[in-house]
Amino acid sequence: MTDPTTRPGVGKPRTGDSPAGTSAEDPAGQPGDGPAGHRERSIGRLGDRKRARLDELARATADPGGVSLYRDALRRLRRNPVAIVGAVIVGLFVLVAIFAPLIAPHDPVQRFDELTRDLTVDSIPGATAGHPFGSDPLGRDFFSRMIHGSRQTLFVGVLATLIGLTLGVLLGAVAGAFGGWVDVVLMRLTDVMLALPSLLLAITLVAMASRSSQWTVIFAVAIVSVPIFARLLRGSMLAQRESDHVLAARALGVKERNIVLRHMLPNSLTAVIVQATLTFAVAILDAAALSFLGLGDPDINRAEWGLMLGVDGQRYFEVRPELAYYPALAIIVVALGFTLLGEAMREAIDPKNRR
Amino acid sequence: MLRVIVRRLLQLVVTLIALSALIFIWLRNLPGGPVEALLGERATPERRALLIKALGYDQPILVQYGKFMQRVLTGDLGNSIRSGDPVTDVIARAFPATIELAAAAMIIAVGLGVPLGYLAARYRGRLLDNLTIAGTLLGISIPIFFLGYLLKDVLTQDIHWFPPSGRISTGMDNTTVTGFYVLDGLLTRELDASADALWHLILPAITLATIPLAVIVRITRASVLDVLNEDYVRTAEAKGLRHRTIRGRHILRNALLPVVTTIGLQTGALLSGAVLTEKVYNWGGLGTLITDSISGGRDYPVLQAIILLAALVFVLVNLLVDLSYAFIDPRVRVR
Amino acid sequence: MSLLDVRDLSVVFQRRGERPFTAVDQVSFTVEPGQTVGLVGESGCGKSVTSLAIMGLLPKRGNRVTGEVLFEGTDLLGLRPDDLRDRRGRDIGMIFQDPLSSLNPVIPIGVQVAEVLERHRGMARRKALREARELLDAVGIPDPDRRLTEFPHQISGGMRQRALIAIALACKPRLLIADEPTTALDVTIQAQILTLLKQLVDETGTALIMITHDLGVVAGLCDTVNVLYGGRVVERAARHELFARPRHPYTHGLLSSVPRLDSPRGERLHAIRGSVADNIPWVEGCAFAPRCDNVVDACLDGPPPLEPTASGGDLRCNNPVSEEVAVP
Repeated sequence: MTDPTTRPGVGKPRTGDSPAGTSAEDPAGQPGDGPAGHRERSIGRLGDRKRARLDELARATADPGGVSLYRDALRRLRRNPVAIVGAVIVGLFVLVAIFAPLIAPHDPVQRFDELTRDLTVDSIPGATAGHPFGSDPLGRDFFSRMIHGSRQTLFVGVLATLIGLTLGVLLGAVAGAFGGWVDVVLMRLTDVMLALPSLLLAITLVAMASRSSQWTVIFAVAIVSVPIFARLLRGSMLAQRESDHVLAARALGVKERNIVLRHMLPNSLTAVIVQATLTFAVAILDAAALSFLGLGDPDINRAEWGLMLGVDGQRYFEVRPELAYYPALAIIVVALGFTLLGEAMREAIDPKNRR
Repeated sequence: MLRVIVRRLLQLVVTLIALSALIFIWLRNLPGGPVEALLGERATPERRALLIKALGYDQPILVQYGKFMQRVLTGDLGNSIRSGDPVTDVIARAFPATIELAAAAMIIAVGLGVPLGYLAARYRGRLLDNLTIAGTLLGISIPIFFLGYLLKDVLTQDIHWFPPSGRISTGMDNTTVTGFYVLDGLLTRELDASADALWHLILPAITLATIPLAVIVRITRASVLDVLNEDYVRTAEAKGLRHRTIRGRHILRNALLPVVTTIGLQTGALLSGAVLTEKVYNWGGLGTLITDSISGGRDYPVLQAIILLAALVFVLVNLLVDLSYAFIDPRVRVR
Repeated sequence: MSLLDVRDLSVVFQRRGERPFTAVDQVSFTVEPGQTVGLVGESGCGKSVTSLAIMGLLPKRGNRVTGEVLFEGTDLLGLRPDDLRDRRGRDIGMIFQDPLSSLNPVIPIGVQVAEVLERHRGMARRKALREARELLDAVGIPDPDRRLTEFPHQISGGMRQRALIAIALACKPRLLIADEPTTALDVTIQAQILTLLKQLVDETGTALIMITHDLGVVAGLCDTVNVLYGGRVVERAARHELFARPRHPYTHGLLSSVPRLDSPRGERLHAIRGSVADNIPWVEGCAFAPRCDNVVDACLDGPPPLEPTASGGDLRCNNPVSEEVAVP
């Protein structure tokens, strides 16, 4: 047998794009040159045509390799029907919200004579010409209010999520980066917030404000998610503190501040984004619940689904259940869309699902 | 083990004290606070000053808090501004109603959720699994007060299967012992009262159970799927054990560990949901009390007491769950 | 009649939306009573799947198993699931690679040994536990009385594997399948476990299928060895024959890559280039061709047949390593 050290290709790192590269460079004849070969064949030597075929086969069966975690997650996301359904719902919702004034036939706060005329305590006009969903309790075009509702709902959801995310990430990052007593104090603070069940915390916060407004609702719903974001980020940062890539960066003399900013935070953010997607769904549901309890936005002109469902939908359920059905359906579908997307994203970035 | 319990208890006490202090201070400093609530906005400054002094609000906030805690620990939570009754009485009347509702909901959520989650995992990817997952997604996406109205509309108005609201039929002469009406009926042998209370309980309990049920199904399913892939399940199969033994002793016992934690956390969802459910079904519990004490002029003593009570219940349940964990999972004991 | 006669066993994994993957491809081999047979190959060569297929432990869905697994003349693949369940653990025992994850973390060791006795020998719990104590003692676990009530995380890795052996041998099966039983253990413990296995097999007359990637394990234990590559048997030979004169280039490569104390200083170890991922499908030719030093044109004309050799084994190769070439 030939000396293995003279054989090229051995021990060379394989590159992702040409797994067959080693065998292509190999003078395949070498090993067979020894005293082997008791058969009448072209010993240990491969014809050019055969070698090309071998390379082709090897390439066809080789694993793609070298795909980054992020690209891999995206690829799995695109193949997941759940993610697609979620993304389509979210996308449509955002589009409707952006173009609401163009889609809606009427001004959402304008009261129409033809609608108010038939309005009584126990009858609200249904669909008529020009008003496909009929009237709301104040003689306004219900369809236009539904369309504009997407805007306000998106506004409440996005703002509540962003506030919660920012505060939570700040708390969690500080706790995770500093550790020690800072960590202890901040985590006790999240304990206090978590000691109250979520809706009760929101109710408490609204109750503490002297007057409710759209902002008290947004703020209350946002605060509920702060401890969740904080713990998520802190947990992820603590886990990374001892991880190999952070230890390596530290060993290379990277400044602690840069380790946190460049190495730890970006890695934690994927989980935060997933949580934010899920939080959005919870935020609009909680906002609707506050409206239902009479703790919501008192502005009667505001067209927001939670408000429409929680106030008019509740009050006129017996008279015209559509006032509840439509906003409820809209909330369910949008909450479902964000949940589906969030769950699919979580599944996609979970290393357990990598193959 | 004992040290863990003591540490957790200390943490719990610190958390509750911090929470009470925060709420206390915040509530005292609000515009439109209790003084206005008692006197109305057009009271004369003299009367205000008098009341402020009478309530002790002129003293430093820490002193006020100290006195407040002193009273709390002796069971005196002050009087309700709205009714004038002692807060403890007001709460004692409402508390059993909420607990009865929450307990019934939890029984439904666990009793239905664990088997469903197990079956969904067992038949992963089949129709049953897909239906279950779709159901749980819907369950966590639907505003439960809307679901409540829907159920109420169909099952009490269109077809009269259940009573629309309340805890017991008017005219039903029931004796109250514990405040849990179903239990009271059994204790005093007024079986008709017990049955009537149960009949009233079912719809609200189903409504309230929606979210915990969905969450428990999902956690159970995920957990069972994890366990099914465990090597020790394969070992159990290699031993030729009966399916029954493998399911009970090897799969469920391990799969239920995360479910137990979830059950603790879901008490929070139950307390939150109770506020909504009670309003839908006019159920006279803490949820109704909290809504009333906010919307009908802020009744701060009651509000404060409910919030602290809810936190205490929630935190205690979770502590109990964590401790019970140590008895279910031998791996926790050594640490 | 052989104790176990595996004939043309194939396992095809078929996931939705993916190409079917043949993990085990017409594998045949026999195990005589009391014999120790090795299944050797790199990870991914199908050796573990073979053992799981014999035991009927593959997932119910997503795969297709064909061929015959005759155990004392009965085809295990044709048995009703409940009948197979009656045999598993009683007629055939199995031990696995990772002793920690293979034991249930929340059940005491004693119960995990006892339950197999309760199931197959109809013992009551108390009697089964007494027997379990004897079994733990027999596999060399110190202080067996205490271990009965301990949990897997409380005992050492070596003891865990001994406990698994006790479980597998509890009902005195006629066949024991050991799937990489020493891979997860420390080197010093590995030797102890192998010695124990050898001793138990000799004492009880149990036949053993030893699945391993480690030729050192084979050298000390097996009567015959099946070398698997890409899901097929590429070489089968008696142990001494295989070690003295490996014929298949793959076997040769495996043997050459084992470090030896008596090799000259400074000599590099021979590594088989590439990895198992470089397989080509057998229908196209020899799966080992991309990594083979002896590759010839015929290797790409379709799969070479498994043919008997002069020394009584079988070989699947167009251009085997010469019998005169010794392992370096």
